[in-house]
Amino acid sequence: MTAIDIVELYVFVLAAFVGYQVITRVPPLLHTPLMSATNAISGISLVGSLVAAGANHGTLSSLLGAIAVGSATINVVGGFIITDRMLKMFRRADKIDKTGAPRG
Amino acid sequence: MSEYLIQAAYLAASVLFILGLKSLTRPDSARRGMQQAAVGMLLAVVGTLLNHQIVRYDWIIGGLVVGTVVGIPLGFMVPMTAMPQRIAISHMFGALAATLVGVVEYREAAGHIDTMRMGALGFEVLFGALTVTGSFMAFGKLQELVPSRPVTYPGQNAVNIALFAGTLGLLVWVVLHPLAGALFYTMIALALVIGISMVLPIGGADMPVVISLLNSYAGLASSATGFAIGNNVLIIAGALDGASGFLLSVLMSKAMNRSFGNVLFGAFGSPVAATARTTEGLSVRSISAEDAALQLAYAKLVIVVPGYGMAVAQAQHQVRELAHLIERHGGTVKYAIHPVAGRMPGHMNVLLAEADVPYDRLYDMEEINDEFERADVALVIGANDVVNPAARSDRGSPIYGMPILNVDKAHSIIVLKRSMNPGFAGIENELFYDPKTSMLFGDAKASLTRLVAEVKNL
Repeated sequence: MTAIDIVELYVFVLAAFVGYQVITRVPPLLHTPLMSATNAISGISLVGSLVAAGANHGTLSSLLGAIAVGSATINVVGGFIITDRMLKMFRRADKIDKTGAPRG
Repeated sequence: MSEYLIQAAYLAASVLFILGLKSLTRPDSARRGMQQAAVGMLLAVVGTLLNHQIVRYDWIIGGLVVGTVVGIPLGFMVPMTAMPQRIAISHMFGALAATLVGVVEYREAAGHIDTMRMGALGFEVLFGALTVTGSFMAFGKLQELVPSRPVTYPGQNAVNIALFAGTLGLLVWVVLHPLAGALFYTMIALALVIGISMVLPIGGADMPVVISLLNSYAGLASSATGFAIGNNVLIIAGALDGASGFLLSVLMSKAMNRSFGNVLFGAFGSPVAATARTTEGLSVRSISAEDAALQLAYAKLVIVVPGYGMAVAQAQHQVRELAHLIERHGGTVKYAIHPVAGRMPGHMNVLLAEADVPYDRLYDMEEINDEFERADVALVIGANDVVNPAARSDRGSPIYGMPILNVDKAHSIIVLKRSMNPGFAGIENELFYDPKTSMLFGDAKASLTRLVAEVKNL
């Protein structure tokens, strides 16, 4: 095992720990947005996909890389949009009354 | 120089991701935090494009354009009721990206890869591939492209265990002998089969656990990608995703009274033995919309208990309208949300928020359970197992021990229900035979529309 691998293991464990601590405090109210948010964030595979698609390997590798770029982009673009759409809907009672939403 | 810029961009992105998730602990800060996380993502992408390994942009641009064209409608146009399948399919896309990156990496580097990286790469494609097909199956079940009931056959668990053991064996072999290309691809194929066979035996109501679990797997696959290509931002984002999915699956399985081991090995959804108490000889009291409306209009405290039936009937707007009328008559309306109501964690909250129900009226199970005894009316809309008192009292019941909403403590109970069919678990619900309970039969949306009209007439 090289020194770099050990550092990566530290990074993983600490990130998982921070993630666990932060996410424990997310109320059940926002669990669906949480899931779509982590989905959008996991679109970070885009970073690996870009290198796979742009590194001038053979055609097949580039094609697979391009599909990966496409899939990851779907999650990034769609994920952040839909998370925002959901979070926009969560409003307190006083905010809703002011904007005059109630009908009937 | 550019290497420092890239690392700085990755570091900034990691921090913004964590801050974004932290912002989700409060509804009023959440939106801004997630917008900052999106900026972080942009930074990471721009940083990556500086990478000297990237020499051509045609494939990249193609992928980005297609992904954006597909992603925008998936973000803007999917209705909130379809959120569970929307999330399931995006787990598939995430896992697909991770798997393909792994395959490319393997094709290009298999000859000169050390054991640690190869191990990471193996995990990456293994978790990635099983999440791809598993999520697709979950999507198919939620979208009802495939039967959403559990599909089981004799010896299923043995087959699954054999599959899993075989795949793990291949993983070990491939890590020790990276050049065994055929075995590498066989392992991927087996992982794809595992994904299918894992989700096949799972019924619709178990979906919250499955979706959370697949969320976790997709995250682990991303993290493994980070290890394989030596990229910290991937490791961090994947770990966050994995931790979140893990935590949600634990919460969901607790709310369904299943052990976590039971969840991990996917051995749920198996048919239950009908040893529970029967309700023979008991009778059900049905109520007219007029009487129900009268009861609701003069109640001081009404607690609404929404379930999947409300989502299916798309009745959330009518619920909100009724609540508004009750409030005009001087009553208070609160909503009691069970953790596994609906098909994914928090689904009911999103549906009600969309219908302009303020989030400070939505209460978790722990917050509201003590209030039922003060409630004049508990209005149950399309929920069944999560309000079944047998979970508390009947040791023979398959849902015994599952935490439930204390609806039976309310002064009176009105249940909106299509028919007397038992719920997902296939067990009778004593609540419906309680002398305090009256049943309003029919489609939830139609019933609520009638209730709204009746309350208006008072």
